Amino acid sequence: MNASTQSERQALACTVVELDVNNHAGVMSHVVGLFSRRAYNVEGIVVLPQGDGATSRIWLQVNEDARLEQMIKQVEKLEDVLAVRRHGNQHPVFERLEEFTRA
Amino acid sequence: MTTQPKTITLTGAQLAVRLLERQGVRIVSGIPGGAILPFYDALSQSQAIRHVLARHEQGAGFIAQGMTRATGVPAVCLASSGPGATNLLTAIADAKLDSIPIVAITGQVPQSMIGTDAFQEVDTYGLTIPITKHNFMVSSAHELLEVIPRAFRLALSGRPGPVLVDIPKDVQVQSIELPADESAWPAPGVADPLPEVPAEPLAIAAEMINGAQRPLLYLGGGVVHSGASLLATALAEKASLPTVMTLMALGAMPVDHPLSLSMLGMHAARCTNLALEECDLLIAVGARFDDRATGKLSQFCPQAKIIHVDIDPSELDKLKAAHVGLHGDVGQVLKGLLPLVKPVIREEWLGRVAQLKRDFPLVMPKVEDSRSHYGLVKAVADALDDSAAIATDVGQHQMWVAQAYPLRRPRQWLTSGGLGTMGFGVPAALGAALAEPERTVVCFTGDGSLLMNIQEFATLAEEEANVKVVLMNNASLGLVYQQQTLFYGERTFASKYKGIPDFMALAKAFGLDAVDLDEAADDAGARAMLGEALNRRGPCLIHVSIDVAEKVFPMVPPGAANKEMIG
Repeated sequence: MNASTQSERQALACTVVELDVNNHAGVMSHVVGLFSRRAYNVEGIVVLPQGDGATSRIWLQVNEDARLEQMIKQVEKLEDVLAVRRHGNQHPVFERLEEFTRA
Repeated sequence: MTTQPKTITLTGAQLAVRLLERQGVRIVSGIPGGAILPFYDALSQSQAIRHVLARHEQGAGFIAQGMTRATGVPAVCLASSGPGATNLLTAIADAKLDSIPIVAITGQVPQSMIGTDAFQEVDTYGLTIPITKHNFMVSSAHELLEVIPRAFRLALSGRPGPVLVDIPKDVQVQSIELPADESAWPAPGVADPLPEVPAEPLAIAAEMINGAQRPLLYLGGGVVHSGASLLATALAEKASLPTVMTLMALGAMPVDHPLSLSMLGMHAARCTNLALEECDLLIAVGARFDDRATGKLSQFCPQAKIIHVDIDPSELDKLKAAHVGLHGDVGQVLKGLLPLVKPVIREEWLGRVAQLKRDFPLVMPKVEDSRSHYGLVKAVADALDDSAAIATDVGQHQMWVAQAYPLRRPRQWLTSGGLGTMGFGVPAALGAALAEPERTVVCFTGDGSLLMNIQEFATLAEEEANVKVVLMNNASLGLVYQQQTLFYGERTFASKYKGIPDFMALAKAFGLDAVDLDEAADDAGARAMLGEALNRRGPCLIHVSIDVAEKVFPMVPPGAANKEMIG
């Protein structure tokens, strides 16, 4: 049996986008709305407040396709998004999270 | 002896009104309702702001748009919670697609009741995320101090757009202490400084223009928003650039300027789309390669390299990869390009374009008849000068006006481009007339569009606004009828009205003047009636029956390449 972990499967086509955002009730909606209204699925998402809680960090795991460049430009335009960093196909946040999602 | 710092006590509503006054707002449009009554109560005490009572919130939204489109200054519309807010949505979405900086203020149920399905509660914040540039839900009166100026700053900065501020009723009635000295408050919102124009791509772009054999300038609405019309025309003249304009940019260069090829795309003159086929360099300025302009994108300007200038970085390479992308304010970029571009007269290319214009001009059948589609547009233009503002609704009439009216100045032209909203015309024209009362504002409309916001005739009459509603009545949804005729085997369905209102009686019932050109004995009589109606101050309906068989030609079939024009 050629077992592959979830992260290895995702590594084939996924990319991780890391955002610093203001931390208030509407921000998540603004961010994921950009993806959903383009029928662009967000495969994984992690959010944690930073420091005093005024800002949060969001990690988005998304499929790498031709629309990603445009998506990132759109995310950068959001007023509540302070910074956008793009990682490769693997990120320890999702790798470590995996143990919680194992059945 | 020390004096205590003086403070004043204001409610959230009073503070919001004061912040609008400080922002320079002098006219707002809206409709009150339960959740925004504290704000209206405060507004009633304002000496500076006049309220225009719309008859439907969508009308209020388009009145604000009309004020903004005519002047470039952000205008404000107001609505209550629930249906008030949902009725605003279309006007906000319309502003988003055409990059119009309006500020919408909505009342919301008290915070303690949010999420309980309270009376007239709707998730205004959630609903407006995808159709605003940014939106706010205000959770305390103090926040207003930052949020209101920020709303105006965001609406105006970079690529303009609509901003919504949702204010729960308890925030409106909350009392807070503030410094009596308003200079201690955050300053009114103004546009952010313009981004620096990058030098290297500017030099490359200039080199490409200097080296091109058949360059073409493609102006979009961004040229109007940036106030860069004269610079765009100057660049065209210096570098011998034949110029096409999008629907949004008409008038940025006078459409009868020798270098103008007028509107490109689905309903362009043949010469315009054919020139695009032949160009070897396309200089896109504040334009976004909309499908109505480009036709089938893969076959748009097949021989051309592309320079793309836009204030919004996400527009660069969005639909068409540019050889040079220039992120910056259109005016700043044009200013930077002008000294780098060599003065040249491109005899061969201009000769070729002149040949195309001679061989494939816009054909306007029956233009000499003032009661035909093109003839009416020309007759209106003949009776007015360039100070008139021209608004339209959406449909065949809109395209006939876009093709035939001699638009010669930026902000002369108010039309719903991106969203294509029927019902836009009357309230937008009213807004333009409120903002610039000295002008004559013409609203070309069709019988389908007019009925979508006809309730604003009441507002028009009440305000005695100088708006002339020119109704091309073909008792149908003309552009639908046309598409069904051309592309759906003549199976015209749901596009002809069986019941036709008496528009003359309707206008009079609302208190408008009305003239029916159908009743004139001949063309000269119709022109006399028209000229008299246009030049008599005050709102007036000018009714003309148009043959439903008339079409907007040429037409690029939806999805086809621009060279495949029919008609």
